[in-house]
Amino acid sequence: MQRLAHIYRLGLKELTSLRHDSVLLLFLLYAFSVAIYMPAAGSVIGVHNASVAIVDEDHSLVSRKLGEALQPPEFQPAVTLPYDQLDQAMDSGQYTFVINIPVNFQSDLLAGRTPELQVNVDATAMSQAFMGAGYIGRIFERELLDYAKQAVQSPALLSPRALFNPNLEGGWFLAVIQIVNNITILAIVLTGTALLREREHGTLDHLLVLPLTALEIMLAKIGSNALVVVLCTWVSLEVVVKGALGVPLAGSMGLFLGVTALYLFASTALGIFLATLARSTPQFGLLAIPVIIPMLLLSGGSTPLDSMPQWLQWVMQLSPSTHFVSLGAAILFRDADASVVWPDLLALAAIGLAFFAIALARFRRSLAS
Amino acid sequence: MTALALQARGISHRYGSLEALQNICFELPAGTRCGLIGPDGAGKSSLLGLIAGVKKLQQGELQVLDGSIRQRRHRNSLYPRIAFMPQGLGGNLYPELSISENIRFFATLFGLSRSECDTRMHALLLATDLERFAERPAGKLSGGMKQKLGLCCALIHEPDLLILDEPTTGVDPLSRRRFWELVEQVRGERPQLTLLVATAYMEEAEQFEHCLMLDRGRLIAQGLSRELAGATASGKLDDAFTCYQSQQQDDRSRTQAPLVIPPRPADDGDIAIEAHELTLRFGDFTAVNKVSFAIGRGEIFGFLGSNGCGKTTTMKVLTGLMPASEGSATLLGRPVDAKDLATRKRVGFMSQSFSLYGELSVRQNLELHARLFDLNKADSTPRIAELIERFDLGDIADQQSGALPLGLRQRLSLAVAVLHRPEVLILDEPTSGVDPAARDDFWRLLIELSREQGVTIFLSTHFMNEALRCDRISLMHAGRVLACDTPAALQQQFGGQTLEDAFVTCLEQAQNSSPAPTEAQPVSTTAEAASPPPRSGFSFVRLFAVATREGKELLRDRVRLAFALLGALFMMVIFGYGISLDVENLAFAVYDQDQSPQSRLYLEAFRGSRYFAEQAPIRDAAQLHKRLQRSEIKLALEIPPGFGRDLNAGRQPVVAAWLDGGMPFRAETSRNYVEAVHQANLEQLAALSSRAQPGQAAVKLETRFRYNQDVISVNAIGPGVMALILAFIPAMLTALGIVREKELGSITNFYATPLTRLEFLLGKQAPYLLVSLVNLALLVAMNRWLFGVPFKGSALALACGGVLYLLATTSLGLLISAFTRTQIAAILGTMIITSLPTIQFSGLIVPRSSLDGAAALMGQLFPAGYFLDIAVGTFTKALDLRELWPQCLALFGFFAGFTGLSLIMLKKQEV
Repeated sequence: MQRLAHIYRLGLKELTSLRHDSVLLLFLLYAFSVAIYMPAAGSVIGVHNASVAIVDEDHSLVSRKLGEALQPPEFQPAVTLPYDQLDQAMDSGQYTFVINIPVNFQSDLLAGRTPELQVNVDATAMSQAFMGAGYIGRIFERELLDYAKQAVQSPALLSPRALFNPNLEGGWFLAVIQIVNNITILAIVLTGTALLREREHGTLDHLLVLPLTALEIMLAKIGSNALVVVLCTWVSLEVVVKGALGVPLAGSMGLFLGVTALYLFASTALGIFLATLARSTPQFGLLAIPVIIPMLLLSGGSTPLDSMPQWLQWVMQLSPSTHFVSLGAAILFRDADASVVWPDLLALAAIGLAFFAIALARFRRSLAS
Repeated sequence: MTALALQARGISHRYGSLEALQNICFELPAGTRCGLIGPDGAGKSSLLGLIAGVKKLQQGELQVLDGSIRQRRHRNSLYPRIAFMPQGLGGNLYPELSISENIRFFATLFGLSRSECDTRMHALLLATDLERFAERPAGKLSGGMKQKLGLCCALIHEPDLLILDEPTTGVDPLSRRRFWELVEQVRGERPQLTLLVATAYMEEAEQFEHCLMLDRGRLIAQGLSRELAGATASGKLDDAFTCYQSQQQDDRSRTQAPLVIPPRPADDGDIAIEAHELTLRFGDFTAVNKVSFAIGRGEIFGFLGSNGCGKTTTMKVLTGLMPASEGSATLLGRPVDAKDLATRKRVGFMSQSFSLYGELSVRQNLELHARLFDLNKADSTPRIAELIERFDLGDIADQQSGALPLGLRQRLSLAVAVLHRPEVLILDEPTSGVDPAARDDFWRLLIELSREQGVTIFLSTHFMNEALRCDRISLMHAGRVLACDTPAALQQQFGGQTLEDAFVTCLEQAQNSSPAPTEAQPVSTTAEAASPPPRSGFSFVRLFAVATREGKELLRDRVRLAFALLGALFMMVIFGYGISLDVENLAFAVYDQDQSPQSRLYLEAFRGSRYFAEQAPIRDAAQLHKRLQRSEIKLALEIPPGFGRDLNAGRQPVVAAWLDGGMPFRAETSRNYVEAVHQANLEQLAALSSRAQPGQAAVKLETRFRYNQDVISVNAIGPGVMALILAFIPAMLTALGIVREKELGSITNFYATPLTRLEFLLGKQAPYLLVSLVNLALLVAMNRWLFGVPFKGSALALACGGVLYLLATTSLGLLISAFTRTQIAAILGTMIITSLPTIQFSGLIVPRSSLDGAAALMGQLFPAGYFLDIAVGTFTKALDLRELWPQCLALFGFFAGFTGLSLIMLKKQEV
């Protein structure tokens, strides 16, 4: 009971400190508004706004129609290029797709001579190259149907339907991923630097002569940080994600916020652990980068987890962010409840407890030295 | 009529709403010595900062050495003529650098030639007795040695005005004597030298001819020390100060009776603190060496000793903060144990520096600690009220404690320490930096606690008059207790007129060293041709000095260097393997409601594809939803009933492909694959259909994937990842460069030396640029040989782009560093500012040409995208500078822009 009272009091102290740090508050505000709205609103999934140029050597009605068939939002209006600039235009990366329509294309087509149409793809534009080429092929096929000798009817039709996000709006997911990313940065950097700061300024010594245990000090730090971030997450989801971005979040907000608290427990413990490894703030800054950036990029939020090599998939299973991303998508978009997501939940709790135990042990030891 | 060194008219200075100085007017003739005295928070440091040109003058007129400090041209000519030593123990020194390196650095900034520097350094080190330690890092020196080194650094050039801000606070008597001997020696050789010293020791101020008395930002008296002191009966400067102070403010006329210490009641032999053969080692350094003592209950026990002699460490061991290597310690009859929370409640501790929560108010601090000591509300409320009353904190109870002057903060710290009515108080230099009047107040409390409540008090101090008030004192040096007895007995034992003399003798005996050499070598080089004054314009020598110093610090911090290099390699490996946008082995399941040969034929195509991996079939519609929801499968193919029949009849049956839209990118890619497989499948199906004829495609579409024929992710991602890594690490390396100096205090050297802003910035940047270039080379090599990415373009273009990119990212770090005030903000700022535009908008995952609106703008306004073009272009596209010059130009623009902004943000004077 006394312990709880200590944690509560120390937690209140942390909150008061936070209220006085205007730069930090400004940052919190930015992280949960602009930094979520901007990427989500400007989000691009698959082929969007792809740059196309056409080298039209035919100058026929058909070649013009083909050019016009590539429409926004998938494609930018096609730009006409002379043939000799084809290579240079591609090299400069100005266009992702350059289509070459050869001489006599129209006449060959009408004569049923199956003319050749060349699509040059800049394959370094990974996210668009493959899909875009498929798109262009299908659009041209449809467009040229009228000119074919015989009308071809497809024997069967395919109807792709996306569950949970019918129009595959990229922003929906990205908004949640941005929240996850910002929480990760905040949790690790804030607790880590705050601990190093207390050590560099000597206030840690003061806490330690009070009748407090390392556990109480750590729990107070984690608890107060978690409270603030969970609150910010909730407001941000309601106001920015649902309100400004208009994303219909299907799932249970309560469950998601609970999961967020659990994630914060794990990631703040990780922050404390890193702070005990570093001897100074500059060291911590450099140590945090190779931990945080992979957590942002490889947790399945930015690139698919399935396509990573197996060993890396296993490694990433140790990162709390991987489970948090998966939980976030499941709860918010697929309306999954605890009975569905319990494996991830369990994994997150286990990782959190492990980090916490290691951090606590190291924290105790670093205090003693 | 002698020339004036200083002339101040109507100087006022404010920090926000706080008025630090009000209408200060005084004059000081050249070649004189002047003491500046006053309580804490009186504005002494602000005044000295203004005179040194370190702080920007807000109001009034100030002439320093025949020119107005307002004029930039005059300030530039003043740097070599003024030496300024800021407050704090070695705050402006570089702890990683050795003594000689520190001195050389300052010498280079002031434009001294190497030989000149060596001669002067030798003389200075000899005079300060530091020669033996010339190669020891400044961070490992004791406080007194740091102060002497600070003075050496200040005197390495030959100033006409020497400004010392509390140079001897926290310095032991022996070091203090040596310090003033050195100053006198320099003055003897340079008679035109004017000396201005702020000090808390009245004995020191009494030696100086002139005296300025400051109180609450006002100059309450000035003139010759003799005359000022003569105004009171005692002829002492501190009495005179109290006298002038009460003249100024009638409300604060707290004329208190002189301090009387009632004798200690008879010793009952009860021991409160006992140390036996206590030893503590850090590695091979013995901080505390077999220390033994016993302190009786109710005794006031003083701990004296030179700086760094182990006083603080001993106290920390007694409080359980540090475990002893050997020996034992008991507190209130119980062995000291860090886990013994019950004993902690019976002890009050006050550490050397203010360690309460500055952002909490006085009352909140007291309330918080009452809770942490488990006082219940009924007890704590009257106790807090009582303490606020007793410690005279009523007026400031609701003010933020961090903003209070030092003396008041120390009073609050003591109030917190006694809040829970401890039986033992351990106080580590509780009165360092507190003015004499406040110190007396403080002692009244201690005496009351000891004599009336029987509290045992164990404290450390550098003030001899405080030592005299203790029941017993112990002299400590180099980890050992040299002597331990009552003050009177010690004075007798070591002889000398005062306790200070006794102490100095004792220390000298212990150090086995003679007093400072009487025939000191001259420290000035006035006889020789002095080098010309340093150039005020841009100087490569100074830039190089800054770069070398920063580089040495980086090289000595191996861990940081290792993190920088290994962190980059680590990220390259896992991103090189990990970032892939291909979707393979997509988990899918079939909901075949037809189960006909036709449907099986149709599904065969999916089963054979390497993109898809089949899971157990789906039995009903509810299961389809459930399994997608669980993310067990990412795709479900639903074949309608009668698929085969309809197909044969040419009725165009519709197959539904259900995708998990939760992760849109994957869904989008999957849809493409599904459509492609479906399309390829049609020809086969057409054979089964009655209506659809096996038609011939109208055109033959030839798709050429250029630059990366096999669409291998790493070829496209690898070079891009370089741009990502080299955005974060170089920026983080430099981001703490300036802000750390701001937090630790060495930024003053930038204010007080001829160093220009550009020299400072570029000098800081250079070593980190070199480290980042090593990083770049390593990453290129990894791409080429580990991941086997072909390199087709111009190496020159990549090198050019790389250097420019690293210049841009390191200068971004410096900009953040110039802008922020704390290291926390700098780290957070770097992470946040860099991560969004680099990860999302640089073209790493989505090409920049596809972005629009704010996202595109953000991508354009950050350097990562341009280097990504260069890296990808030179690796995969065979490009050279002819094509890539616009990107290079843009990167140079970022470098110039960031540096320009930093120049604006970085002020040559403190505001």
